[in-house]
Amino acid sequence: MKFNLVVQHEVEQFLYRQANLLDRKQWQGWIDLFAADGIYWMPPDASYQTWDGQPAIFAEDKNLMTVRKLRVLHPDAWSQRPLWETTHVVSNVSIKHISKSGDVEVSSRFHMLELRRDNVRHFAGSYFHKMKKNKKGYAIQLQRVDMANAQAAYDYVLQVWV
Amino acid sequence: MLKERDYDFSRLVEPDRVRKEVYTDAEIFEREMERIHETVWIYVGHDSQVPKAGDYTTVQIGRQPMIMVRGSDGKVNVLYNRCPHRGNMICGDTKGNTGDFFRCSYHAWTFHHDGKLKGIPMKEAYAGTRYGKDNPDCSIKKAARVQNYRGFVFTSLAKDGPTLKEFLGKSIVAFDDMCDRAPEGEVEVVPNCFRIIQHSNWKLFLENQLDALHPSVVHQSTGRAAHEVEKILAKKAKGGATPLSYHMLSAFATVTIDKWDDFQTINYPYGHCILTGYMGLRPQDPDTLAYDRIMIKAYGKKRFEEIVGVNIHHVLVYPGLSVQSPLQQLRAVRPLGVDRTLTEIWHFRLKGAPEAIYRRSLAYYNLVNSPATLINADDLENFWKCHQGLASDGGDWVSLGRHHGRDIERNGAIESGPKMGTSEAPMRNQMKAWSSYMKD
Ligand code: FES
Ligand SMILES: [Fe+2]
Repeated sequence: MKFNLVVQHEVEQFLYRQANLLDRKQWQGWIDLFAADGIYWMPPDASYQTWDGQPAIFAEDKNLMTVRKLRVLHPDAWSQRPLWETTHVVSNVSIKHISKSGDVEVSSRFHMLELRRDNVRHFAGSYFHKMKKNKKGYAIQLQRVDMANAQAAYDYVLQVWV
Repeated sequence: MLKERDYDFSRLVEPDRVRKEVYTDAEIFEREMERIHETVWIYVGHDSQVPKAGDYTTVQIGRQPMIMVRGSDGKVNVLYNRCPHRGNMICGDTKGNTGDFFRCSYHAWTFHHDGKLKGIPMKEAYAGTRYGKDNPDCSIKKAARVQNYRGFVFTSLAKDGPTLKEFLGKSIVAFDDMCDRAPEGEVEVVPNCFRIIQHSNWKLFLENQLDALHPSVVHQSTGRAAHEVEKILAKKAKGGATPLSYHMLSAFATVTIDKWDDFQTINYPYGHCILTGYMGLRPQDPDTLAYDRIMIKAYGKKRFEEIVGVNIHHVLVYPGLSVQSPLQQLRAVRPLGVDRTLTEIWHFRLKGAPEAIYRRSLAYYNLVNSPATLINADDLENFWKCHQGLASDGGDWVSLGRHHGRDIERNGAIESGPKMGTSEAPMRNQMKAWSSYMKD
């Protein structure tokens, strides 16, 4: 696979934009980045090969993403009441595969800081994006998120996508 | 505030209310660990977590770090995770395989799977001393009692007390119901549980499990959201079925607050409780019908009807377990401190059942019980707020008075009254058991 500076740039910009949408709580904009059959997946262990039919911290298609979005926007989502903010940093973007039609497979690393009330939590790990090239850029077919602490006990829970 | 060592344990709990210190006082917590969690039968794990000889998992029972290990003889042992030499923990990981024996990482004493001393390096150094194989103090200490019921392993760290079956009483139905729903009569753990830490006292979690009033208040947001999407999907399906997982979530909103009174709680000695009621988990789709056929073949029509007719929503085994047998999942509650509680959430496969049945309950497991839960996020938020409020001087009592005086005693159990499913009878029953453990 030949290194392509333009593709590298496009992909990086896409990942930054995705992270930004989360940090700005633009939930629908974030969901729109996925293909119609796109899946957001966070396995509970790095050894998992598929999201299908296994325990998953997240395994959401666009319908379930919509449930999550509507829930966090509901006025009585109690756990959403206290102030909470996130900041993502995405880096180490490495394109693993480019198909003839421009579809890509990309791995990257992320670090997320979350503030909730007065508490700061850190999450870090790797992303794997399988994306289809389209006119607007890319549509995510699969986003795999491997948390560095996937098997650790979660101190409280994850509210939305990481 | 009650002052140190002032506690009169017979006065902390009244039939319809409880002193707040019961939830917030560190000294009371220590006594709970000693008298309750380190005395009664506590769930350790399922024996399918350790299928092969040498497989182990570590777990906290009360304040004690314990190991559950499969011996070469096939027996499951429960040992203290402590080396008899200078006290090092034997296993530093949450799970693994120790091979043919344990080897302490500090000075290499070795032990058999049942904890017995196997060897000491350069043992001549102990010649003429009291240390060696003949001294039981040189072996890893075993849990006082271990019993396995249909694969579910329990331990009691006290020598005396009721047997596991006596202790469980009617709550044993949690395990029977789960296993009986398997065509092979057994379940098997799905590897990798979810673990979540709550910043609140362990009792708040258990009391919430059978609090039928809370779901429609606390889980309204998720219920509504799921219902919105369910309606869109139903339109698209043009009369066809929508995935059951949406129904499981939307029920939190569509089962309105008054409907929860149709559920019933049956409360038993030792604080156990069953919440009866049905969330529509027996539909007539092809997957269910295929499962029914396999079950009828395995059990015969009559027994099959009995098994799937068991009307249980939830079983609470006090003080450490909340079981949803029709969905094959359980939550083990491990207190870490007066205001910190770990829950381990496990899912089980019905042996011999079609994949589709496993997937159905898996959807619930992922959506409700994962660390990205759409449901428990709001419970945990309330537990934290509850604990914070109770720690204040804004009041001395926690009220458990809902439908107090209307409970019905029948066959040694206490039932919530008719159409009183939201009764606080389960909390009153738990506190009754609690105070009998804690009193002198
Ligand atoms: S502490 Fe285990 S061998 Fe010394
Ligand atoms: Fe709840």
